[in-house]
Amino acid sequence: MKLNRRSFIAAGAATATLGAPSLRANTKPRVVVIGGGAGGATVARYVAKDSKGEIDVTLIEPTRQYYTCFFSNLYLGGFREMDSLGHSYGNLAAGGVNVVHDWAIGIDRDAKTVALAGGGSVPYDRLVLSPGIDFVDGAVPGWSTMAQNAMPHAYKGGSQTELLRAQINAMPEGGTFVMVAPPNPYRCPPGPYERVSMVAHTLKANNPKAKIIIVDPKEKFSKQALFEEGWGKHYSGMVERIGPDFGGANVEVNPDEMTVNVDGEVIKADVCNVIPAMKAGKICEMAGVTEGNWAPVSGHTMQSKIDENIHVLGDACSQGDMPKSGFSANSQAKVAAMAVRGALTGSKVFPAKFSNTCWSLIDTDDGVKVGATYEATDEKIAKVDGFISQTGEDADLRKTTYEESVGWYAGITADMFG
Amino acid sequence: MMRIATYLKAAAVIAAAFVHQAHAEEIAAPLGDAANGEKVFRKCASCHAVGSGAKNKVGPQLNGIFGRTAGTIEDFRYSDGLVREGKNGLVWDYEHLDAYLDNPKALVSDTRMNFRGLKEEQDRHDVLAYLRQFSDSPLDIPEAQPTALPKEVELSAEVLAIVGDPAYGEYLSSECSTCHQRNGSDQGIPSITGWPTEDFVVAMHAYKEKIRPHPVMQMMAGRLSDEEIAALAAYFAVLGD
Ligand SMILES: Cc1cc2nc3c(=O)[nH]c(=O)nc-3n(C[C@H](O)[C@H](O)[C@H](O)COP(=O)(O)OP(=O)(O)OC[C@H]3O[C@@H](n4cnc5c(N)ncnc54)[C@H](O)[C@@H]3O)c2cc1C
Repeated sequence: MKLNRRSFIAAGAATATLGAPSLRANTKPRVVVIGGGAGGATVARYVAKDSKGEIDVTLIEPTRQYYTCFFSNLYLGGFREMDSLGHSYGNLAAGGVNVVHDWAIGIDRDAKTVALAGGGSVPYDRLVLSPGIDFVDGAVPGWSTMAQNAMPHAYKGGSQTELLRAQINAMPEGGTFVMVAPPNPYRCPPGPYERVSMVAHTLKANNPKAKIIIVDPKEKFSKQALFEEGWGKHYSGMVERIGPDFGGANVEVNPDEMTVNVDGEVIKADVCNVIPAMKAGKICEMAGVTEGNWAPVSGHTMQSKIDENIHVLGDACSQGDMPKSGFSANSQAKVAAMAVRGALTGSKVFPAKFSNTCWSLIDTDDGVKVGATYEATDEKIAKVDGFISQTGEDADLRKTTYEESVGWYAGITADMFG
Repeated sequence: MMRIATYLKAAAVIAAAFVHQAHAEEIAAPLGDAANGEKVFRKCASCHAVGSGAKNKVGPQLNGIFGRTAGTIEDFRYSDGLVREGKNGLVWDYEHLDAYLDNPKALVSDTRMNFRGLKEEQDRHDVLAYLRQFSDSPLDIPEAQPTALPKEVELSAEVLAIVGDPAYGEYLSSECSTCHQRNGSDQGIPSITGWPTEDFVVAMHAYKEKIRPHPVMQMMAGRLSDEEIAALAAYFAVLGD
């Protein structure tokens, strides 16, 4: 959509008139956010900050310390320590967000209340869901969350990532690391392959005869040419990928035996990282706002297509062309914050703009990136323009790209948590 | 309002330079007069040497400047931003030198070249014609290095009259803060706080026109309309007050 003055003035006016009726006499409008991650922390912070006290914001998040998944691969590579990935909610609380450390366990869409595991319920005028992902039951036969200690997914931040690093460090000499990669769509498209790079980096130093096998149901994957070039250059002979042509989609695991059966062939694993197929965080299903595995939303406002009083952000929503990333969730949160304020206080609403950039580290000072800009159409969030790092780039540029990613990490976490 | 008007004028100046370059290929005759350029260069000579035996002074020596990657003379201490732009791919060809001489900070925000810029287009052409003699294959430009960059800026008077909406600018600025920290940190990603608004507008146009290298910024600025750049500028102007 081409922006012109008339269209955005009209959009602002329309929201102002729609917004008025939802104001309740004598009470501040209430926004409740479920999930304090990339999407949820950002939306809570922006609504509280920009409404300047006119809106009551409650954030429901069970953990007191949020460990980012972004840069968790760098922890596996020894480039970051876990402490540097943890963020608490103190600044959000100081900025006027009412932070409740609890699980949301149910949503009554008629009464517009959220039930908490610790008892009681919280009323809302607008609800924002940003609960991230859960795994599809039975996606990898033989694996369930009951087996996540033997075969970690490490696809939610914190303890799972620590467990995986401990297992990698305890691998026998010349051992085998197997990754079962997920089918599309999943959070962080380059994530599994950045992880392979970082595990290879660690093994090259500590256990150079070790092998890495990726069992992959997908024909191709994000930044494939860049990763494959990097693996050849830095970790020659260490990484093998079994794609769908060789049975990568037909996989079964046995966590007791530590074996992986790929299309009838049994591989003995010393470490097995199972990243199963994903779906929206369960609370979305409980709220009844999912269709299939994800919660469909309108790109103009991030409102659920099923309930206009609910917005869904980040990995949990299906919106169109944006990848499921922390950057995307943060970008969507700003559109949602503006839409929510527009609806509840009549503040101006402008056409939604989105962007994403995902950096990946292949080896020391060898960073690459991919990014795009997006706009909302009536049908979906649609890609406008994009770029990707090139193979064969010189070392200086790759180093700058890595340094940029470190700056980005500091920037986005400050933007989320204040 | 005054301030908005001033920096939009600056944007118009650089836009005019772009429009000029768009037609560069049609201009067969050399753009500059080296003899006059030598005179103009006196403004530069307190900091820069050029010619046989030239040494670095406050600024780097300028022999072989055409075609050189920015920030790469050994033994010269450049600003971080200049080195970064070099790594991002900034090469001193005619149009980048022209843009840099017009407004150094538009191209490299933290450059140590404390110079307002040569605002007269002809002065820039002349000084570049002079400097060109001290680089390899001293052809008068731009034929030596064809400009391959697409150009389509045309800021009409009507567009320039747009008064930016600071509320819109505030929303747009939230896209910046995913990477650029409001506390002014400069680790890996440059700071954009406390930046003169005029430089800001000019820099955004320089990215938009792909004069200033960096794929993320070219993409981000590339989809900002003139109205949106004005809105961002208005927001940052208010922030600065
Ligand atoms: C290995 C890896 C690397 C990655 N690297 C990058 C990267 O470099 N760049 C990038 O942009 N992205 C990256 N990502 C993706 C990024 O982490 C996610 O896309 C992002 O976190 C999604 O944000 P979200 O708000 O949807 O969910 P999350 O950030 O996961 O937040 C969800 C929150 O909701 C809470 N929650 C869930 N259910 C409930 C409930 N019922 N009640 C209350 N709270 C609940 C959870 O505790 C959690 O804190 C990576 C991911 C992985 C796994």
